[in-house]
Amino acid sequence: MIRRHFLTIAATAAIIHPAHASQAEIAALIRELAAGRPVAKGRITLEVPELVENGNAVSIVAHVDALPGEVRAIHVFANGNPLPHVLTARFGPRAGRPRIATRFRLATSQTVTAIAEMADATLHSDEVDVLVTLAACIE
Amino acid sequence: MVRALLNVPKRARVGEIIEIRLLISHPMESGQRRGPNGQPYPRDIIHSLRAEFDGELVVELDLYPAIAANPFFAFTMQAEHSGTLSLTWIDDHDTVQTEHAQIEVA
Amino acid sequence: MRHALFALLLLTPLTLAAAPRSGHDDAGLSIQAMQDDDTQNPGMLWVAQGEAMWDANAGTGQRCASCHGAITAMRGVAARYPAWDPTQNRPLSLWQRINHCRTDHQGAEALDVESDAMLSLTAALGHQSRGMPVSIATDGPMAEVIETGRRLHQTRQGQLNLSCAQCHDDLAGHHLAGSRIPQGHGNGYPEYRLEWQTLGSLWRRVRNCLTGVRATPYAADSAEMVAIEAYLAARAQGLNVETPAVRP
Repeated sequence: MIRRHFLTIAATAAIIHPAHASQAEIAALIRELAAGRPVAKGRITLEVPELVENGNAVSIVAHVDALPGEVRAIHVFANGNPLPHVLTARFGPRAGRPRIATRFRLATSQTVTAIAEMADATLHSDEVDVLVTLAACIE
Repeated sequence: MVRALLNVPKRARVGEIIEIRLLISHPMESGQRRGPNGQPYPRDIIHSLRAEFDGELVVELDLYPAIAANPFFAFTMQAEHSGTLSLTWIDDHDTVQTEHAQIEVA
Repeated sequence: MRHALFALLLLTPLTLAAAPRSGHDDAGLSIQAMQDDDTQNPGMLWVAQGEAMWDANAGTGQRCASCHGAITAMRGVAARYPAWDPTQNRPLSLWQRINHCRTDHQGAEALDVESDAMLSLTAALGHQSRGMPVSIATDGPMAEVIETGRRLHQTRQGQLNLSCAQCHDDLAGHHLAGSRIPQGHGNGYPEYRLEWQTLGSLWRRVRNCLTGVRATPYAADSAEMVAIEAYLAARAQGLNVETPAVRP
């Protein structure tokens, strides 16, 4: 009985797994971005609702506690999506606050990560765990 | 369909930070969704968007299939002089679309 | 005390049915914000398209504006639909009324209820009435149409043998899987559903309910669909038009 249960879980995991980015994949993406630099928690704030009724369009705001010109780019990753990279915003000389808002897709409940790349080459991150609820009456 | 709705203040003070909001009519087909025959719908997303003010970069976005259908974007720019804001985006069909807005800065 | 609580629980569904509650208030704050702010509401793309169509030539050249004037003059109209059409001696939904304008006066082809063009026109017209109370006529020939709709709403259907009322009157406010069951009002259509990733008609939503209980959906142009829409409008009295609403 226990064995059968284990087999079911193993089989389910094998089927579901390819649809999600692996932790290794996310880590590799962030490693590539960091290129040896440490990623410190803080300075950037990620605003995503913690409970989402539909993963097709989730509001997201990422902003950095910094002056215009101090932030080179903001990167957003979602580790439970089939393709983890969500967006990269690069700020130019006419940019105002280091802030970007959009709506994105979440395939399932997961962790969303935002990384700020500063003009001084330091990296800062924030994470939010999002719960995507299952809808009942869908087409 | 109306391609896009761009919301920008018409006037700003010198040095003021103003918000730019953009809604675009686009399916943002992720390439992950499967049709009734089990085959995925081909990917068709806006993969890059660039905002410039009189030729100077405001923000440049690299976009991936996770961006929602009929996408919404909001970001800010610093207004130093009057000029033209132009937003240009490109999708997987290489369709290039542009929206302009004149901003008076005084 | 326990008896009082029990009585309160029993009364809850009745109380809910008596006071209409918009699906807007059941949605999460971020979805409410998406609807409430026009610069974020994706349905506004269709409203803008419909407003442009209103002023453009259709068919042999008559614009909507040629007869009706500016679209702003249509304020309040969508709030009164479905409405009785004496020339055809039947009730018409707003999209059917638009199609009669197109074929009878504009020399244009009729549009499918779910076409982008029809959704744009109904969204633009609905939007003119946003914030106004739903105010369908409940007397005269509409009384019988609404009564037909009420009966359909309470009739068990499909392999699951469920009526609309069993979920949306009796169980509204309770949960089905992770979703709160809404009262099922039509005051925001056409509406942008995140599930659909696009704007859609009330007919599309009702079709979704009927296939969900494994029943045969009503045709868009059927007398049953207009009757259900009329009953839903009568049942939603007290709510305001929200077109284009945003729902999960």
